[in-house]
Amino acid sequence: MGSSTYMPKSKVGKWFEERLPIMGLMHSTLGAGYNAPRNLNYWWNFGSLAGFMLVVQILTGIILVMHYTPNVDLAFRSVEHIMRDVNYGWLMRYTHSNGASMFFVVVYVHILRGMYFGSYKSPREVLWFLGLVIYLLMMATGFMGYVLPWGQMSFWGATVITNLFGAFDFYNGMGESILHLLWGGFSVDNPTLQRFFSLHYLFPFIIVGVVILHIWALHLPGSNNPLGIDAKGPGDKIPFHPYYTAKDALGLSFFIVIFALFVFYMPNIMGEPDNYIEANPMVTPSHIVPEWYYLPFYTILKAVPDKLFGVIAMFFSILIFFVLPWLDGSKVRSAKFRPATAFFFWLFLVNAIFLGYLGTKLPSEIIINMGGGIDALTLGRIASVFYFAYFIVIIPVVSRMETTKPVPTSIAQSVLDARKEG
Amino acid sequence: MTTNDQIEHEEEVTRRNFLYVATGVVGAVGVASVAWPLVDQMNPSADVLAMASVEVDISPIPVGQTISILWRGKPVFIRHRTEKEIARGVSENNDPMIDPADDQDRAQKPEWLIMIGICTHLGCVPLDNTEFQSGDYGGWYCPCHGSEYDIAGRIRKGPAPRNLDLPKYKYLSDTTVKIG
Ligand code: HEM
Ligand code: FES
Repeated sequence: MGSSTYMPKSKVGKWFEERLPIMGLMHSTLGAGYNAPRNLNYWWNFGSLAGFMLVVQILTGIILVMHYTPNVDLAFRSVEHIMRDVNYGWLMRYTHSNGASMFFVVVYVHILRGMYFGSYKSPREVLWFLGLVIYLLMMATGFMGYVLPWGQMSFWGATVITNLFGAFDFYNGMGESILHLLWGGFSVDNPTLQRFFSLHYLFPFIIVGVVILHIWALHLPGSNNPLGIDAKGPGDKIPFHPYYTAKDALGLSFFIVIFALFVFYMPNIMGEPDNYIEANPMVTPSHIVPEWYYLPFYTILKAVPDKLFGVIAMFFSILIFFVLPWLDGSKVRSAKFRPATAFFFWLFLVNAIFLGYLGTKLPSEIIINMGGGIDALTLGRIASVFYFAYFIVIIPVVSRMETTKPVPTSIAQSVLDARKEG
Repeated sequence: MTTNDQIEHEEEVTRRNFLYVATGVVGAVGVASVAWPLVDQMNPSADVLAMASVEVDISPIPVGQTISILWRGKPVFIRHRTEKEIARGVSENNDPMIDPADDQDRAQKPEWLIMIGICTHLGCVPLDNTEFQSGDYGGWYCPCHGSEYDIAGRIRKGPAPRNLDLPKYKYLSDTTVKIG
């Protein structure tokens, strides 16, 4: 953002631009007026995909609200009404429920991209923070949205997650007071559903606000790039439009095909069948699992034998991302030139996926049939320890000890070198 | 404000500081008093608080059976315990426990175990293992994260920190109990 060289061509355009320079703002943030590094690869597509998903969720969400009723006696039925009676209601709901999953896929790739290429490092720390704030808001939004259809998983997911806050029981009755405040009652019930509905509608718009700040913070230093070096001369950059608008549009097309495959051919694959049973406070489903995007953190929660420390470990496992810029002491950003860092990054990713897999298992379930058998709880503990060790030990030590590979002098130079070789 | 002014009005600076701080304090109190209703509206409303207690006729529950009733949106277990179960509960009084309690303190009448059927970990409804005295502790098993409760609802294994909570209750007669 900032000053722009935008010149409207029409008379009306000029008249308007003098009074509100919004076209110039667009031009300099997402148009030809914004110059981005010339070497961005497809991993840089995921930011705009996340923006697309936010728009999809808001559009389908607003439509769902036209037919949905936030009341314990009617919510479940109104969702079935959307599915069966409302014209294209099934499409709106499946797009919204699978859209939440796609949104998280895209954002996870986007975050991991930042980790691999060192985008969180100076001078982009605040940009990184704002991204994490968006992620936290998304987690809250997704959680509250999942409660709205008022199925068994909605109810029991809400019960388990809200009860986490009861762990903050520092003086007698404090935990309970927090819970009563959250629920508006003595358990998850109608007041809970109604406040979640209100906030589920609100949060996405707060996310829009933070996204604007996120892009603002991006445009001061400009985009990072796969080499992780600063883009300097004009030879290092190309205008966002038409180059990256076209590249993003191509990526978006592929993405929409995959999204459509889920919506039209396997709309319930990421859902839980139990959520098609109406909520019943007397019966807990035999197996409660959160949505897949929370699973790694759920495993960390289960790995700690103490309730309070389990909850603290779980929150900490996300908040620790905020200090990543300082845990990493390397002068080089991109893991392209940091082989050991790259190795541990992939290990971290595999471990995180494994944590997610364990999240779907019962603690006592035998995962590895060796000796007496190793259960999910033990493996979850090992994987959780590695998760934290990655941040607290591996990154700080490796980033400071590692001999990095030679870094190209400029983006333009590296592009020319690659051409000579290839 | 010029330098001249500053010298001339030096004592006024303290006066201005005072006004500045006073305004801030009054403002803060004002904001806090407006904020409280905004927060407190989240707490249980009058009708929820007024939710009546329930009276249960326990005479139809045979020995060795549990019923669940809904009270304040939560299940309450009422178990008619067998002699064997009571004996087991008492005999395990000195076993290692996360939240030590004597069997005698878990029920007003030992044959009637009345507990809130909500796992003290994160609020799932534990499953009943009492019938066949299965599992290591023969009581309740929480499917969510594997907490195990014994035949007196005492937490013996797993992440839950407390024994199953006991609601307030009173015997109105030999066969009716009032919960809440
Ligand atoms: C950040 C963006 C959003 C995310 C991640 C999100 C996520 C979710 C999820 C996971 C569900 C449960 C879907 C199901 O299993 O049926 C849901 C339901 C719902 N959402 Fe959203 N949502 C978002 C934005 C919105 C917005 C902006 C609105 C309203 C304007 C909205 C309205 C609804 C409604 C009415 C439901 C209940 C109907 C249903 O279950 O399909 N959502 N949302
Ligand atoms: S809720 Fe029962 S063990 Fe977690």
